[in-house]
Amino acid sequence: MKRDVAIEINGTLYERTIEPRMLLSDFIRHEARLTGTHVGCEHGVCGACTIQLDGEPVRSCILFAVQADRHSVRTVEALTADLDGELHPLQQAFHEQHALQCGFCTAGFLMSIEPLLATPERLEDDAEIREALSGNLCRCTGYQNIVNAVRDAAQRMREPAK
Amino acid sequence: MKPSAFEYETPERTDEALELLARDPEETKVLAGGQSLVPLLNFRLARPDRLVDLNGVGELAYLRRDDGALRIGAMTRQATLERSSIVEERWPLLKQAIRLVAHPQIRNRGTVGGSAAHADPAAELPVALTALDATFHIRSARGSRAVPARDFFLQPLMSAIEPGELLVEIETLPMAANSGTAFVEYARRHGDFALGGAAVVLEHEDDGSIGRAAIALLGAGPTPLRASAAEAALVGATVDEASAAEVAALAVEDVRPTGDIHGSAEYRQGLLRSLVRQALLQAAQVPRAA
Repeated sequence: MKRDVAIEINGTLYERTIEPRMLLSDFIRHEARLTGTHVGCEHGVCGACTIQLDGEPVRSCILFAVQADRHSVRTVEALTADLDGELHPLQQAFHEQHALQCGFCTAGFLMSIEPLLATPERLEDDAEIREALSGNLCRCTGYQNIVNAVRDAAQRMREPAK
Repeated sequence: MKPSAFEYETPERTDEALELLARDPEETKVLAGGQSLVPLLNFRLARPDRLVDLNGVGELAYLRRDDGALRIGAMTRQATLERSSIVEERWPLLKQAIRLVAHPQIRNRGTVGGSAAHADPAAELPVALTALDATFHIRSARGSRAVPARDFFLQPLMSAIEPGELLVEIETLPMAANSGTAFVEYARRHGDFALGGAAVVLEHEDDGSIGRAAIALLGAGPTPLRASAAEAALVGATVDEASAAEVAALAVEDVRPTGDIHGSAEYRQGLLRSLVRQALLQAAQVPRAA
């Protein structure tokens, strides 16, 4: 039986009537038409579909959309929402450090790391950065440039607004 | 990669969940964090008629200290356990184990009860809970019962929870002062299911000898296994390089891991011996402040 849901995504409320089996990743892409969230393995391994549910990074392909009813979802589109065409500092760091090639996995990486930039001191050494990145797969880069980008972004968050 | 259709129930209280489970127990699955179940649904390896989603049952998500014991509500997120300072101080083994469970995004959603109920033989939490002699509190519409860890894990992916029953709480007793713990595993890639692992609890006497030991093995058999003979051999002994190697050999003497493409049975047995030795040495080094 279909259900009525009201899911807030990036500050916009999406009210739909959906089957319980619809994955949240499909709701985001097909109902909300936000295609920045990519779907890779669709069984919770690759991390490409990572979004934030109530502020916590989770995989949207192993959540049902009905489970996000009356919850708040943030996707990669939110990173630049208020930036007037600029990139988010994390995206800027990815750009400068060549932390992507094909880019398919990038949105997932960004959504996993972005909340951690609130406490950049926890991203001080590479072991911590690698642990934070461990849930996202990238088939192009070999990861070193992604580690560099996260280190760079954490540095920027620590330094600027003094 | 899309699940087949199911009826979807969202109870808000435990009693309500139990009533829903009692209605058609055989065809109903409980949805906790969904980090193992939903992949199975996506692959259609599981096709239940009905899901009872516990994520709205707030009363099942808690960490409580009660007369020294730790009570973990079944819907407590793994990340909550990971971030708890009480757990870190008083039950460090759980913290050591949880850091090895998959990845941060999975731990944000995955639950402690879900991991126990799923009973994956390669999962860390069941092994840690086995080493801690945890008690599993189970309820159904008919009543409640408590199952000790040694009787809880029955087969791969099969626990003592019967259809119509619900795991509501996991309880671990206080650890003795001067206890040291360690959780060591080996996986090909960080966050993957491990090929082998060992959880160790050592209670140190004032003279430096071991008063009591618990050793639980991951990947040694179809369920977490306790190495009773090795545990007994440690009592009254001290842990050093030589005795750790000896006890580790004893711990794996009778285990027969199943070999597969990732490692032969012989390799896994040798790996387990090495991991037990490492875990013993680590647990001997970190006596907890009383």
